[in-house]
Amino acid sequence: MDWLDVLIIVAVAVGAFALWLVGTALLIWGERRVVAKMQSRVGPNRLGPAGLMQTLADGAKLFFKEDIAPANADRWVYLAAPMVSAVVALVTFAVIPYGGTFTIGDRQISLQVWDPDVGLLWVLAMGSIGVYGIVLAGWSSGSKYPLLGGVRSSAQMISYELAMGLAVAAVFIYTGSLRASDIVANQAGTLFGPIPAWHVIPMAPAFVLFFISAVAETQRPPFDLPEAEGELVGGFNTEYSGAKFAMIFLAEFMNVITMSAVLVTMFLGGPNGPLFGPDIVRAVLPTIYFVVKVGIFLFVFIWLRATLPRLRYDRLMDLGWKVMLPFALLWVMATGFSVVLRETTERATVIRAAAIGAAVAAVLFFLAPLFSRRASEPGGGGGDGGARPLDDPRPGGEALPERAGDRPSTDRPTEEVGV
Amino acid sequence: MSDTRAPATAGAIWGDESERRSALDPRQLPDTRHEFTVVGGEWQNLPDAVDDDLMVINMGPQHPSTHGVLRMVLTLDGEIVVDNRPVIGYLHTGIEKNAEYRPWTHSVTFVTRMDYLSPLFNELAYCLAVEKLLGISDDVPERASALRVLLCELNRIASHLVWLATGGLELGSVSAMIYGFREREGILDILEHVTGLRMNHAYFRPGGVSQDVPMDFRERVEVLLTEMPRRIDEFEALLSENPIWVERNTGVGILTREQCFDLGVTGPVLRSAGVAHDLRKAAPYCGIEQYDFDVPTTDTCDAFGRYTIRIQEMRESLKIVRQVLDTLPGGPVMVADPKIAWPAQLALGPDGIGNAKEYIGKIMGQSMEALIHHFKLVTEGFTVPEGQVYVPVESPRGELGYHVTSSGTNKPYRVHVRDPSFIHIGVLPVMSRGLLIADIIAAVASLDPVMGGVDR
Repeated sequence: MDWLDVLIIVAVAVGAFALWLVGTALLIWGERRVVAKMQSRVGPNRLGPAGLMQTLADGAKLFFKEDIAPANADRWVYLAAPMVSAVVALVTFAVIPYGGTFTIGDRQISLQVWDPDVGLLWVLAMGSIGVYGIVLAGWSSGSKYPLLGGVRSSAQMISYELAMGLAVAAVFIYTGSLRASDIVANQAGTLFGPIPAWHVIPMAPAFVLFFISAVAETQRPPFDLPEAEGELVGGFNTEYSGAKFAMIFLAEFMNVITMSAVLVTMFLGGPNGPLFGPDIVRAVLPTIYFVVKVGIFLFVFIWLRATLPRLRYDRLMDLGWKVMLPFALLWVMATGFSVVLRETTERATVIRAAAIGAAVAAVLFFLAPLFSRRASEPGGGGGDGGARPLDDPRPGGEALPERAGDRPSTDRPTEEVGV
Repeated sequence: MSDTRAPATAGAIWGDESERRSALDPRQLPDTRHEFTVVGGEWQNLPDAVDDDLMVINMGPQHPSTHGVLRMVLTLDGEIVVDNRPVIGYLHTGIEKNAEYRPWTHSVTFVTRMDYLSPLFNELAYCLAVEKLLGISDDVPERASALRVLLCELNRIASHLVWLATGGLELGSVSAMIYGFREREGILDILEHVTGLRMNHAYFRPGGVSQDVPMDFRERVEVLLTEMPRRIDEFEALLSENPIWVERNTGVGILTREQCFDLGVTGPVLRSAGVAHDLRKAAPYCGIEQYDFDVPTTDTCDAFGRYTIRIQEMRESLKIVRQVLDTLPGGPVMVADPKIAWPAQLALGPDGIGNAKEYIGKIMGQSMEALIHHFKLVTEGFTVPEGQVYVPVESPRGELGYHVTSSGTNKPYRVHVRDPSFIHIGVLPVMSRGLLIADIIAAVASLDPVMGGVDR
């Protein structure tokens, strides 16, 4: 390894850093502009062309503000928490291939900072550490709203990490490797016809699971409960201001970019895409594909924010544990089953077995309603309202017998008015 | 709202001096220091906090979702609300008291600032009360009554839109907020065009309205009437079927019909409990009985029911506006009695309503008698016969009643307001036990309290 190799490594790292940092600045601007468009507003448009410099100005303002820490805060943890968030988002990005491999002279350059064997396990590990940034921020503020936000975030992130980890595991099983570059290579070429061999098609359920978990992990609406400004004022970041708040604020958007990049790497073929033209174009195209794909996901993140109200905390946990986790487990098993089947069994046998299975399932599907209706008939005398528990305090349920014969009382208030 | 745990000797504090001295021994009084003041220290005394497992948290008066300056002292077990004590008074304006020091007509400009989202209803109820005291209720011109109904219904839509906007924002739907305020703008434009001000209009006066509507009033309302139904559809498309919105609101903030009756709840909250009580039907005012409209109800008793009711009420209000516009009678807009009608001829200037130039020319240059009359009526006002009345109207939030007492002078002896927001704040402790923090937000939003009306 000579100095040129070192230079190349530094250049690749700086490239990734620049892409990621510029992306963050652009994302904040883009979010404000896109949400504004969706709400028939204008959004920031004063500073620079189309308001592009707005983020820079806001950042500069925040970094020059007075650094205030609450008297009750645990000083060092309070200081470290925002950095944990930001650093974790950055180091996660290191394993993402953000461009293709090309040759300059006799050297092969791969646009990926680090390609370890553990690959995307690194992403999961860093995601777990990312929880600390928020929990510690909430805990160390020495205030109640941040504490609630911190507790919420720890529960939320751990819950969704399970589903996320299982979705990733399905991809690992399917690919047979943890290495990011292998996963990308596995998605090269086409599946059939012009359809690319991206994992999003064979692994569609895992993709959906991962995407929902990614929204929850980055704490974006509709899963932004740790900061829920309508309920917890600002959640874990309530007591932060100035440069530290800027770090927390940036970390959220950095995480969004990192998660989108992971999504693209695992399910949309990373920088894969049709290559053409001279060498220089071939070298640049993969990066462009990568950026465009990430951009699509960023747009979806923003779109969700503009559209959806916030989930309630208990419903969020229900979704994570009762829906996502069982579904992810099933999918991992199904993936494992199909991979083993593919490697051990003849193609014809599999097709025959699948056909028999499908036929049995179809018969069951049509027969099941007959049995279920017969079973529910004796007990289900309540008609439409039968599903409501008896202790339901709402009128309309059968628990309130006075409901039907209570007509006069509806007129009671009218007698009192008109004095 | 009154604290039932107040010391038994509290009454004695205001008694005679000797009794007071003995009763005021601080060691004998129960410790009430922490009743409404959350003091620091819970955090440092971690063992205490662990022992009782409860956390007292102060929601408001500076909180994004408490509709201004409502303060709720929540006792939490985890995220579950064990107790909720609303504290009010942060927006106290002394309007009721101020009204006692102003001639009858002047108070209109005060009362319109109470419930600032439905200013016209405050003006309406106050004016109806004064008219009743004067005994001129039947002399108010038809046109004035019709205009009052029309503008009030427009105001009702604007108020419901603000509720939808703020309620949406509190549940995290940022777009609903922008859409709500955008649609409201169209209504405020019309109100501004008519009264000169977007809010706090002071347009209704005892005896009628301050001046007739502008020439192009009809066209502008027509435009609104064609636009608004589509906009309301947009809201329904955004929220009514949205699973998160439905889930956040269904089963939250439950108030049964019996609870509503016991606690004096009115308006959409009462109608969400299946009671079709609407003062526009029960005790019609301003000839509103001649228009055809429905009173929407649901029996879900929850926040989602209140949402659907308010959406439907906007449509019903549009129906009323349509009918009033079609049958708007001509004629004067103020009672003929020159001792009551404001003497000035008003005109809409660049900065709101002001005296018309020609009128100023007349009283200043031509007629001394007109000037004297103007001076007397504006500075001294008219006297109102002794008596007291209570006049309720159906404001967007419920029964808004004005209890006005006259001692026969040119000023009210007392103006007491029964504001629905105030009554509804009192419901909060009952409503919120066992809910999650997030539900508290939805529950408060579903009551739609306006702190200006609560604190007066």
